[in-house]
Amino acid sequence: MNEQTFNLDGQEIPFAAGQSVMQAALAAGVFVPHLCYHPEFRPHGSCKLCTMKINGRPATSCTTPAAAGMEVESDTPEILDTRRILLQMLLVEGNHFCPSCEKSGHCKLQALGYELGVMSPHFNHFYPDRPVDASHPDVLLDFNRCILCELCIRASAEVDGKNVFALSGRGIKKHLIVNAESGKLGDTDFALTDKAAQVCPVGVILPKHKGFAVPIGQRRFDAEPISAHVEEFKPIAAAAPRAGDKP
Amino acid sequence: MLTDILDRHRRDGTRLMQILREAQEALGWLSPATITAIASGIGWPRAKVEGTASFYSFFHTRPMGEYRVLWSDNITDRMLGNLDLMQAMCQKLWLEPGRVSEDGLVSVDTTSCTGMCDQGPAVLVNYRAIPRMTRERVELMVELIRARKPLADWPADWFVIEDNIRRADILLGNRMAPGEALGAALAAGADAMLAEIRTSQLRGRGGAGFATGLKWEACRQARGTAHYVICNADEGEPGTFKDRVLLTRQPDLVFEGMTIAAHIIGARRGYVYLRGEYRYLLESLESVLAARRAAGLLGADILGKGFDFDIEIHLGAGAYVCGEESALIESLEGKRGVPRNRPPYPVTHGFLNQPTVVNNVETFAAAALIAARGGDWYRSFGTPRSAGTKILSVSGDCARPGVYEYPFGVSVRQVLADCGAHDSQAVQISGPSGICIGPDEFDRRIAFEDIPTAGAFMIFDIRRDIFDVVRNFIHFFAHESCGFCTPCRVGTTLLKNLMDKIAAGHGTRYDIDEIYQLNRVLRTAAHCGLGHTAANPLVHTLEKFRPAYERRLKSMEFEPAFDLDAALSEARQMTGRDDAGAHLATDTENAR
Repeated sequence: MNEQTFNLDGQEIPFAAGQSVMQAALAAGVFVPHLCYHPEFRPHGSCKLCTMKINGRPATSCTTPAAAGMEVESDTPEILDTRRILLQMLLVEGNHFCPSCEKSGHCKLQALGYELGVMSPHFNHFYPDRPVDASHPDVLLDFNRCILCELCIRASAEVDGKNVFALSGRGIKKHLIVNAESGKLGDTDFALTDKAAQVCPVGVILPKHKGFAVPIGQRRFDAEPISAHVEEFKPIAAAAPRAGDKP
Repeated sequence: MLTDILDRHRRDGTRLMQILREAQEALGWLSPATITAIASGIGWPRAKVEGTASFYSFFHTRPMGEYRVLWSDNITDRMLGNLDLMQAMCQKLWLEPGRVSEDGLVSVDTTSCTGMCDQGPAVLVNYRAIPRMTRERVELMVELIRARKPLADWPADWFVIEDNIRRADILLGNRMAPGEALGAALAAGADAMLAEIRTSQLRGRGGAGFATGLKWEACRQARGTAHYVICNADEGEPGTFKDRVLLTRQPDLVFEGMTIAAHIIGARRGYVYLRGEYRYLLESLESVLAARRAAGLLGADILGKGFDFDIEIHLGAGAYVCGEESALIESLEGKRGVPRNRPPYPVTHGFLNQPTVVNNVETFAAAALIAARGGDWYRSFGTPRSAGTKILSVSGDCARPGVYEYPFGVSVRQVLADCGAHDSQAVQISGPSGICIGPDEFDRRIAFEDIPTAGAFMIFDIRRDIFDVVRNFIHFFAHESCGFCTPCRVGTTLLKNLMDKIAAGHGTRYDIDEIYQLNRVLRTAAHCGLGHTAANPLVHTLEKFRPAYERRLKSMEFEPAFDLDAALSEARQMTGRDDAGAHLATDTENAR
């Protein structure tokens, strides 16, 4: 059987049936910026960082099924500019202070900022008021950094079977909540060993009693840009499930 | 009480919206304990129930007073003075908008367009519609609220909603007896009926204009354990109110169209998703459904042909985005109204993941006419590429606002003449997400091939400031964004902030460039139509009504975003001062 391919920025990308454009690109070693995508979960399509021009129309590459002969543009000035603006939107929507953040160097939002050359937040900061939740004995929730990718929600529901997290509110007031009448994580059955504790791409869900174990400067994205980690984001072959996306 | 509500809905989580509404009607608000009890009743995670309750404007998870007064805040309400009236009401009640009175009696706030644009300014009191507000009504209403008079004892004429049918054609002029179209459809059979729909060239009336025959055929061929018919009566596009009139005057025709669709696609169950603002229609629509069941036009063995189908009315709760069909389906399943990733489309994976047809109220009514009179007859109205008629909701600066049904192809100029509009400066067609045209385009026509529309037709005469119109629309989109995708969630708020900056006299050319930039990102990257079109009003009017912006802009290239005087507002509020000495003299003020 002939291998099916599509064209991405001049490169022929092979794909397997059922793969999305993004999965096929990652499998072929082409890095695609993303925040709400995770190889162990179904595509979500909310962060929009993986937006490409597919057959002349903009679309999220994580939710678009690959098809033979597609013409796909990703590395163009216009698309890179759109992605930079999306990152800037996320940076001003929350409260992101990288120098004091435990996740600095392990954070995908920060790493993508470097990758795409985001030199400033550009927009006015919203400075939302988002109190932290320190009620759980082992985990701190710092909602200031939440980018609403819903990975913790999906992990808790689909892997842990606990439904610890959910979304509340609408539009710019949308925010993460936990499954307790008190609204406190300490009143849920959440555990540090949950899958949901491992998937946050930014610094919302943090283990307590341990901080800066790896010095800043020696962390995952300090040494190499996120695009050099493309192997870690490849779709999982059925025979080879991979471990969680741990820092 | 909660147990009764849960039992009545069979503790079925997909009925969560109705459970929440009824619980709130009974208990006044949705307390944390109520949410917990509902969640355990339907076997859902508590946080998921809270997620649904918090998504919709008409559900409140904190007490909002025994009386909640919501002023419709469409631009047409503004033009009729709603903000002055609201302020007068707040003063009389010693209230700030959005706050509950100290004694927990009342709260006053604004809400998105309630579909009473031809009879505004309108309010919802405890989600019951009251149009035609005046200063006298405000005064009396405040007295009634203070005296804690139940709504049932308020003047009955306040609750009368006018139909204002100014021009009727084949739809609004329909006089068929209930069952006539359905009888013809069942006699012809599903294949022949589908062929008639295709022949008619009927296209969806909700705005997108997808061919109805194609949609029904695709759904019919899709495999599933059940098929569903959904009537989209969410009519949330500001300035649109024609479905309200169709459901008031021609409910049988709408239900008949749904039943015919069900027969074609093989559905046994249908839903009308009625926007929460039209709560007042619920009882009358239920009684029409009951009459149809009694007449053998709905329920088991319809017209003795062995065809079973029934319709249920499902109320929304204040969320414009639910007019998008996949968000509507999510809402119908008890969830947050977030548009789904597509494909797959509802015709194959819709309600409960089964094949589903979703059509607008007007589309179903037209389908019923086609069943009775034939596709060729229907196609004889309108233009070669836009068959049939279109109902317009006309509001704004004209002598006779109301509902006008025209064959497709009518010119904007003709509509303006018929409704008595003079000195018109602009017409916003199909609502904020549609287009804004000026006098040089008034000869354009209402048709899919020229100006397609879901029905809104808002007129602004030369006295109006187009900037105010657009600012109102931009605030609307920011309020109604579901928040799923980054560009719409953050971008609509950035646009809103830019408009407020320009309105405050701090805008420059730089901000206009920012608007174009945000428009490009929204068009490229947003998840659904709401985001794609959110900057439309700005982009259209920046081209056509440039002076409305330029006279507000500072001449300089750049204006710092930080406003020192505005930063002192909190200090002013804390000290209760607003005199000249409490302000910094700024360039803006000097310029004024």
